[in-house]
Amino acid sequence: MQIEKDVHSNNIIQFAGNHKEVLVMSADLGTSCEVGEFAKKLPERYLSMGIAEQNMMGWAAGLAKEGFRPFLHTFAVFLYRRTLDQLEMSIAYPNLPVALLGFVPGITTPGGITHQSIEDVGIMRTIPNMNIFDCGDTTDVESALEICREINAPIYVRMLRGAVPRLFDPNVPTKFNKGRLLSEGTDIALFSSSICTEEAMRATNYLEKQGLSVQHVHITTLKPFTDPLVLETLEKVSYGVITMENHSVIGGLGTLVGEVMLENMINKELIKIGINDEWTHGAAKPYLMKKYGIDALSLIKAVEKLIDDKFDATENELEAIRLEDYDRV
Amino acid sequence: MSEHYSQLQIENAAKNIRKRVLKITLERNGCYLAQACSSSEILASLYMSILNLSESKGPQIPGKFPGTPSKDNMDYLPGSAYNGSTDAPYDRLFISPAHYAAPVYSTLVEVGRLSEEALEFFNKDGYSMEMIGANHTPGFENAAGTLSQAISIASGTAYARKIKKQSGRIFVFMSDGEIQEGQLWEAVQVAAFYKLDNLVLLVDVNRQQVEGFTQDIMNIEPLEEKFKAFGAKTAKIDGHSVEELQKACQMTEKGKPLVVLCYTNPTQGIPLLKHRRGQMHFIRFKEDEYNEYLKFYQNM
Repeated sequence: MQIEKDVHSNNIIQFAGNHKEVLVMSADLGTSCEVGEFAKKLPERYLSMGIAEQNMMGWAAGLAKEGFRPFLHTFAVFLYRRTLDQLEMSIAYPNLPVALLGFVPGITTPGGITHQSIEDVGIMRTIPNMNIFDCGDTTDVESALEICREINAPIYVRMLRGAVPRLFDPNVPTKFNKGRLLSEGTDIALFSSSICTEEAMRATNYLEKQGLSVQHVHITTLKPFTDPLVLETLEKVSYGVITMENHSVIGGLGTLVGEVMLENMINKELIKIGINDEWTHGAAKPYLMKKYGIDALSLIKAVEKLIDDKFDATENELEAIRLEDYDRV
Repeated sequence: MSEHYSQLQIENAAKNIRKRVLKITLERNGCYLAQACSSSEILASLYMSILNLSESKGPQIPGKFPGTPSKDNMDYLPGSAYNGSTDAPYDRLFISPAHYAAPVYSTLVEVGRLSEEALEFFNKDGYSMEMIGANHTPGFENAAGTLSQAISIASGTAYARKIKKQSGRIFVFMSDGEIQEGQLWEAVQVAAFYKLDNLVLLVDVNRQQVEGFTQDIMNIEPLEEKFKAFGAKTAKIDGHSVEELQKACQMTEKGKPLVVLCYTNPTQGIPLLKHRRGQMHFIRFKEDEYNEYLKFYQNM
């Protein structure tokens, strides 16, 4: 598995070069959101808005109405928590094409709860006209900008930065409102998103060696959530369903899958792996994933509960599983 | 270009705007009447001499509520159509305190952009002329019931004109209470930083807010010093003087947004209201007051 760096940084420079209407806006976190290079190379397309996110929302709305395509860069929390009213009334109500790129989603920052967006999907999902996209690897990160342009409406993107794994083939860009089928199976349905997908791939590799067949779907689009693959997956499995997300178990991927099950009268057990309705704290990502139970071992434990059986999986054993390069799968 | 009106015509229009809002207040037993009293000269001056607007693109009588914006409903008639073209070289007007809708609609009637009969549809269920303005209501660019948001949107519009090197000014009409919102100061700070000298803020300083006098609820003065300190060019005027309004809007300074502080009287033109000062946000008449106000209206 490759780890890549500065993916968004390079991508947005190229993207803005191809689309003259694109403007990058930042609230004093541009360099932390991989647009420092952009500001140097395309200064006339870069708007520093200061630490004033509420005003930035209105500016973005005004610019979008005049034909520009603003791409807002700051940490995810500052895009929705600080500015919810401005976001709703200035951007979402008029259905304006503004892209809100929220960095360090969920527990991917050691910055503590002021910097951790653990309830963002739940909040943003309830906003009419809003679309939500959650990146899980570099291919998702690369696909996000084109998706923002295509849908031509407000979109919130949970972005990844820094060293990001390449889990998926770059020649197969991620599509909007379309899950990525990672393994086919009939025992267990597994839906994962964000940084949990890498963990889930490690765990499914182990589970398949134990003789279980897992249908694993990586989810990037959380609103709308109408991909037929979700229902197909739910219908074909015998034991039950597991969701796994870098977010509260309330309002995110687990809730979405649960709603699809209820609407379609799928009477199967659903186990939601996520942050269990509690405030998180600041520490390193691997520590937090383990502490809040959103790692590979937590997934194995959920499967054990679902099939009422025990494996003797250890953390070392799971960590030792090497994910193949995407092009060898 | 807007039709040319004399000062006297504008003053008369302001009286008519007040009279119409008083009529609505009597008929519906409740409206934002004090706001009409304080802002009539400002709105009349904007539409009749200060703004450069093209012909209205809206029907004389607005239709039914066109639905909220969504992916299947982006072609509805926006409220801005009543101000004509939103493109350069024409000016744009953003109304920030959306509860000033009644005086705005009345102003549109006065300048022939709405018919007098249109006011029958004010706040009528299922129709577009809502009591609090939004994107589809005549004269409005955007929903602005949460205060101090319009200035940020207008700033983005003003900046868009700048980078397209287009002429025309972006006006924002505000009330004074909303200056208490932090977003206002973010917006002025950024407008000054980006040298938005095509942005004009007109503030109706009537010194009233929902729960009382502004100075008692949360003092905002000294306003002129504050706006200056944030980098704006300022003018402090009598908001009922058409001449002062016209002059102040020409006091532009290169590289600075212009803030015109219009000090006004919330009982202007309807002195009967004086005893209610401090409690003027939404005016309802008591039973024993009704005839008194009706008589006043008939003699206006």
